[in-house]
This record gives sequence, C-alpha cells and structure tokens, in this order.
Amino acid sequence: MSRSRWLAVLAFASILALGVAACGSSDDEATGSSSDLSGEVAGAGATSQEAAQEAWIANFENENSAVTISYDPVGSGGGREQFNAGGVAYAGSDAAISAEEGEMKAAVKRCGPGELLEIPAYVSPIAIVYNLPEVEDLQLSPETLAKIFNQKISSWDDKAIAADNPGVDLPDTRITPVNRSDESGTTENFSEYMSEVVPSVWTHEVSGDWPVKGGEAASGTSGVIEAVGAGEGAIGYADASQAGELGIAKIQVGKDFVEPTPEAAAAILEESPEDKELSADKYMFPFALDRKTESEGTYPIVLVSYLIACTEYKSAGEAAVVKGFLEYAISPKGQEAAAENAGSAPLSAALTKKITPAVEAIKVG
Amino acid sequence: MAAEVDITTNAGQLLAAASGGRRRVGDRVFSNLATAAGVTILALLAGVAIFLFVKGLPAVTASASELPGGKSFIDYAAPLAFGTVLAAAFAALVAVPLAVAAALFITHVAPPRIALTLGYLVDLLAAIPSIVYGLWGIFVLGPATVPAMKWLEENLGFIPFFEGPASTTGRAMFVAGLVLAVMILPIVSAVAREVFAQTPRKLQEGAQALGATRWEMIRMTVLPFGKSSVISGAMLGLGRALGETMAVTIILSVSGVVTFNLISQANPSTIAANIALDFPESSGIAINLLIATGLVLFAITLVTNLAARAIISRQNIE
Amino acid sequence: MAPGAERRLLLPGSIGWSRRAKDRLATVVIGSAFGLAMVPLISLLYEVAKRGIPGLSVEFFTESARGVINGGGAAHAIVGTLVITGVAALISVPIGIMAAIYLTEYGSGKLRRALTFFVDVMTGIPSIVAGLFAYALFEIFFGPGIRLGVMGSVALSVLMIPIVIRSAEEVLKIVPNHLREAAYALGTPKWRTITRIVLPTAFAGLVTGVMLATARIIGETAPLLVTTGVIDSMNSNPFDGRMQNLAVYAYNEYRSPGVMKQASYDRAWAAALTLIAIVMILNLAARLVYRRYKTEIR
Repeated sequence: MSRSRWLAVLAFASILALGVAACGSSDDEATGSSSDLSGEVAGAGATSQEAAQEAWIANFENENSAVTISYDPVGSGGGREQFNAGGVAYAGSDAAISAEEGEMKAAVKRCGPGELLEIPAYVSPIAIVYNLPEVEDLQLSPETLAKIFNQKISSWDDKAIAADNPGVDLPDTRITPVNRSDESGTTENFSEYMSEVVPSVWTHEVSGDWPVKGGEAASGTSGVIEAVGAGEGAIGYADASQAGELGIAKIQVGKDFVEPTPEAAAAILEESPEDKELSADKYMFPFALDRKTESEGTYPIVLVSYLIACTEYKSAGEAAVVKGFLEYAISPKGQEAAAENAGSAPLSAALTKKITPAVEAIKVG
Repeated sequence: MAAEVDITTNAGQLLAAASGGRRRVGDRVFSNLATAAGVTILALLAGVAIFLFVKGLPAVTASASELPGGKSFIDYAAPLAFGTVLAAAFAALVAVPLAVAAALFITHVAPPRIALTLGYLVDLLAAIPSIVYGLWGIFVLGPATVPAMKWLEENLGFIPFFEGPASTTGRAMFVAGLVLAVMILPIVSAVAREVFAQTPRKLQEGAQALGATRWEMIRMTVLPFGKSSVISGAMLGLGRALGETMAVTIILSVSGVVTFNLISQANPSTIAANIALDFPESSGIAINLLIATGLVLFAITLVTNLAARAIISRQNIE
Repeated sequence: MAPGAERRLLLPGSIGWSRRAKDRLATVVIGSAFGLAMVPLISLLYEVAKRGIPGLSVEFFTESARGVINGGGAAHAIVGTLVITGVAALISVPIGIMAAIYLTEYGSGKLRRALTFFVDVMTGIPSIVAGLFAYALFEIFFGPGIRLGVMGSVALSVLMIPIVIRSAEEVLKIVPNHLREAAYALGTPKWRTITRIVLPTAFAGLVTGVMLATARIIGETAPLLVTTGVIDSMNSNPFDGRMQNLAVYAYNEYRSPGVMKQASYDRAWAAALTLIAIVMILNLAARLVYRRYKTEIR
C-alpha cells in the first residue's frame, strides 16, 4: 500500500484503539459491597458543592456498587428549577428556597403528598485574599473592607488600613479590587455580610451580581484566585480552600481579628437562628445567618449551601437511595470526606442531630 | 409502461430519457430529498427563533421593576449588544485580512509540496476547544499583551479606543478580541483557501502570459474570483465571533459599562458571555431575560447578514 | 488598470522596478501574515502539551472516574466525546450536504436566497442558546430534567449544520457548469449527474468542510452542560441517561478543583490535550483522503 494509505489506516486505527480501550474499561469493580440499594438518582445545583458532591458520590457508590448518582453543577437557580419541575431527585442550592415567584409553592407541590426537605450540608468560609508579598498579616475591619471594595480606598497605605494594622509597614501600591463576573452565591454572601454589618458604607442591593462597576472581574473562584495572584496589590474574595499561596486577611469580629478557618465558619451556624419565614414545614432548616455576631471564634463571611429533597418519592427504590445518600452526606464520615476534598467546614454534632430527623423522615416503602 | 432499460450505459440513458420512465422517478426522489433537507433546516431555524421568542417575550414586555437589577429590558440589553458587536467587529477586522493573506501564502506562494501540510496547520487552530482559548487568553496572551497595551495608552491614548488606563492583568476587550480573531482565522482561511485553489488555471496563466508579476496576477485574477466566497467565509467567521461563549466568559473582565476603550479593565460584556455567566444562578424571569438577549443577538446576526448581502449585490459580484 | 500600466505590460521582458518591488513587498507581507497566524498555534500547542502531559497516564485512558475522589481516569469522557460527536456528525452531514445540493442544484430564486441567508444567520447562534433550545425541545417530549447524550448531539448539530452547508455550498458552486452540461447532454438524469459527477469533483472540499464543522463542535462546553449532564460513570448509549465528555470534564476539573488543585488542573489540561489529539487525527485522515481524491478543475 502507498505511504499515505498506511498513514490513513494508522490514523483510523488509533482512534479505534482509543475508543475500544476506553469502552473496554469496566465499571463493575465492586469491592465486596453488601448493599441492596440500587438504581440511578440524579441531582443538580450549586457549583460550590461540586467538589463535596464528588466526594460523597464516590464514597457512596463504592459502598453501594449498584447505585449510580450524578450531580449536574448547573448552578443553584438551575438546580432549584430542575427540582421543582421534577427533573431531579435532589438539588444543591446556595440560597434557601424563597417565597418569591411561587418557588416555594412549586417546591411544596413537587413533593406532595410528602413534605419538602431542606438541610444545610455544606459550609464554606469565604476568604479575603490579597497579593502583597511584603505584608505577612493583614487585618481589616468591616468598614475598611467595604470601602476598599466600594473603590473608595485606592491605596494600600491609606489611613484606614493603617489604623487596622498598627505597626505594619504598608506600601503605597494601588489597590485593585477583584470581583466575580459571574452571578454567584459567594458574591451574594459577601455582599450580604457587608450590607448587614456596615450598611452605611455598603449601600448596594444584595444580589448574586457584583454591584460596583469598574473593578477587575474574573469568572469563577479559580478566575478570582488567578487574577489576584497575577496583580500585585490586588485583593479579592473567594472560597477559602482555594486560596493557595495568596495572603488571607483577618477580619474584625467584635474585638478580635479572625481567620477564616472551618471551625470559625461552622461556629456561626451555631449562633444563627433559623429563618422561620422560609420554612414551609418541620423538615426545612433555612438559616438566617447572624453576620453581626461578635462572639469569639466565629467568622461571619461564610457560604451555606443546602440540600433540597422530598420525604416521599414516586419510586420506593429512588427514595431509599436518596435517603441513604443524604444520610451519608450529613454523617461525620461524609462531612469529613467533603472537608478533605472541598475544604468545607464539617457540620457540628449539634447541628447534625437537629437535621437528622428530616432525612429520617424520607419514606422508604 | 416503458420497457426495462439498462441505464448504466450512455445509450441506455438516452433511451431512458426518451422513454421518460425510470429517470423521472429517480429525479423526483432525489429532488424531494434535497428539498426536504432544505425545509428541515428552515424548520430547525424557525424552531430556534420560536424558542427564543416564546421564552424571551415575558422579559421584553415586563416592566423595569419586575426585572432583576431594576433596569428596563432595553437598558439591560443595549450595553450587551454594544459589547458583542465591538468584540466581533474587532475580531473580524484583525482576522479577515490575516486569513486571506495566509490563504494566499498557502495556495500561491509556498512550494506546492508543503502546501497541504501548511493548510493542515492553519486548520489545527479550529481544533482547539474554546475553553483552552479562554485559558490561553488569561494565562499567556493577556500577560504578554500588557506591555503592548501600555504602549498604546502612552502613545495613542488620544484615540478613544486606547484611552486606558491599561489593564495590568490583560483581561481587556483588546485581548478578548485578539483571541476571537485567532478562533475565526481558520474558518475564513479554509474557505478562502478552497476558492483560491480553484481559480481557473486559464485565468491565471493568461495574466502571467501578459507579463504580470505574481502579485499582479493574484490581484487581477485570484482575488476577484474569490471575492464573494471570501465574504461568505468572513460571514461564517463573524457569526462564530458574535456567538462565541466560553472564551469570552473566561477572559473578559466585565463591568457593564459602554465604552470604546479596548484596553482597560472595565469592559462591556457580550450577550453570549453574559448568558453563560448568569444562567447557572438564574431562575424564573431572570432566565427569560437572558433568553431575550439571545433573541437580540439573533436580530444582530440577521442585520449583519442583510448588510453583507447588500454590499455584495451592490458590487454585482454574483 | 491605468493606461500606463497596460503599456508597460505589453513590452516584453521589461518589468519596472516599482512593480517588482510591489511584488516583493506583497510576498513578504503574505509570508509574514502566515507566520503571524502560526504564532498563536505554536503557543497554544506548546502550552496545552506542557500542562497536559503531566496528567496523562494509562489510567487516564482506561478508567472512568466512578468511585474515585480526585483521581481516576477520563475514559468515560473520551467515549462520551466520540459518541456525542459521532451522532452529531451523523445528523448534520447528510442533512447539511443535501441542503447544500438543494441550494446549488435545485433551488431557485427567492427560496434559495432566503435559505442561504437564514443559514448564515444560524452561524451566529451562541452555543449556549443551541443547548437551551435542544433541552427545551426534548423537555416537550420527555418532561423536565431529561438528560441524554443524543440531546447534546442535537445541540451540536444546530451549530454544525450551518458550517457544513455554507462550506459545501461554496465548494459545489465552484464545480464548473460545463461538467454538468456535458453530463446532461449525454442524457444523464440530474440526480446521477449530482452523485456521479458533481459530488466526486467536490469531494475533497466537502471533506474539508465536514472536518471544519467537527473541529468546531468537538470542544464545545456550554451547550453540553445543559443537555448531557455530568456523570462519573461510563455510558456509551446516547439514548439512555447522562454522558460525560472531555470538554465538560475539563471545564469541571478547572472550575471546581477541590483541595488538591494541581492534580485537577493536570487532568483538565490532559483532557484538552486528548481532545486536540482526536481532532488532529481525524484531520490527518481527512487530509489524506483529500490528497487521494483531489481533482483539479482544468
């Protein structure tokens, strides 16, 4: 055969080989699991939970080899919409189901004759990251923080920052605030914090869209981290677990300056009351975070993400899988796995005890 | 009924034509298939248009207070439309001349033996996934362009396009436009290459026989012959640039401002990127709003193509 | 041309220096343009290779990500990409080429102009809108929350078809009429003229167009995010359930890398590298077909 013929054959053969090798891989490598749960369950929702869901699903599938769970990280809004339409069995959402636009009604209807279930399952501290190699520790009060992100403070050696950091030598570098260009729960939580704690400085409406024009905007947590890392003097807000090499600021809470550790983030849930208005039944636990708290060891800039499900499903098999999965997700082992893979803050024992009855209420047969 | 005729031979075909039997069936079937394909395309397009219309209309007719952000639909969509056209126009302005020149190089300047390989290389640009273009834009091209943008601000800052202050991270419309240009280059170049290669030998040899240099021959024969096809290719590329989602989403530092300033960190977003950035967290009327902007993009594409048609027909190039 | 230039042309052997200089300049400009076009290509390939090779391994190609946290392979994504793209091509190529044939051979006047025009408009549909449309379409028949591999293929077809049509149309238009007329003169029916003469003549160009369209859609992320869903396990059936693919896989690994960032980024780049490799191989095969079947029009 001619040389070009040989090359063509080689080309097709390599594609075929790729496909066959991939197809040939087997997913039935069950390691002696004795579970009798089986079936496919689909979930969808917040991208913030993506890494945690990956851990939960992987571990759960290892224990129950006949089960396949999938989680579409389409975003909180998409997740809730899909759930209400009956397209997925559970949803992950950065925001509790709201009463607006009939969302609550639709969700309750979707679960009927059962009840709607909403539990916090993922708590993640939002760190204020900055890029100033010569400044090891940075302390910021809420006012200063809000002014920086409002673009009212433009230089690092400003009086306000110096007041928060006595004795620290601050350079006169220009401050570049970095925000999210995509709508996100991280933005909403950060904005909510500033709006509640320093409403005189942060006068913007709270939403998932960043309200201040003219700053450097980046897409996704990874984008913000990259952008802050790329510019000296940049400061941004992002999921604490992704901070990497960047400096992390301590935020003033009461008299102390607190670091965004998982423990401090989980502590705020302990302090906060449930939002009774958003609770349609006894299996819903939406929280109204008390960001103004001054208790020791709490870090108020957090993202709390919920899992939404029903207590009854059309198929008993589906209900059993959802129940088992949610049980695992909120269990200490599950929370530990999420913390390891996603850097989240494990739910406290007290909180887990509170929300377990909701999961136990799922009817199986 | 016509007798059985063997139509594999020319004589047989003549006979078949004369008898008009089998030939008409084959022709009818084939032409119906072709027409069906054409109709399917129109149906598909109509489907997309209907989808955009049905899902987008609630947002267009809603009052400003009902919409997220409190702005009326026009106030929301206008900056996005502006950004879309700006990015695509910049990309096309950079890409089309480059693509035509590259195509000429491959078909008329480079040694014929390696022309195929060169064409393969240019087409390889189309193989790169759009997220890779996005990541390349922020990690490689952006930082590399920062000095150039600074230079533009200092020396040509009086032109509104280069007003500055130059972005320090390179996530400006300038970089996004350049990335879009690289993305649409292979499309325009491939179409141009095909048509330049098919310029009739007689025309080219005729020009050369008259003593024209290579460049003159190209200018006299190849370019006019391929003009309308190149414009079609440019339209394909422009369409791609108008609708490109992922690369712009990842690269651009968007701020909702309307400005011609290409090099600062405050840039208008494009319609497609805006949908990608906001869709995940949207529900209810916010989704209708995003799809309504998709409808606006549809309209923009329509208008752009109408304009291109007008230009082509006025130059009588059909 | 200016009268002076014409006079110069007619004098044998005497090419003025300015014309020669223009010719040289043109060659330099054209050559540099090509060089300029190559710079991003080299940069891109270098970056993807540099970052992607650390993520490659045998496991990457043979294992799916089922049951593994922050690890595992991308076999399920590779199969998904091949299946989804294959089905999309299966849908788009016949319809696209038949429509192009309709436009060049059968269409007349207004309908033809309208169709060409609207096909051009189709090229401007953003990829995410194509995805949302495909989802809405399937939602009508299958209810909400439906996720199938074939939905992704439909969304990609919406993006692919206009490119196939436009490039096929351009190539078919260039097939000289005298070939067709000769066939008709011999009494060949129209459909045989098309299949036996026009298509083979344009074959190489058609292959190029299909390759261009395939390359365009194989790396698409946005439409697949909303249609095929995301899943860790292997699924090669486009009509049954969710399917992973390399583009979405890469994007998710980049967007939510978890605590072990570098490993996730490595996998994302490795997936991108695999995607490009697949297209390169397909392109190579197409090029060889082109070389074999290229017919020049005399």
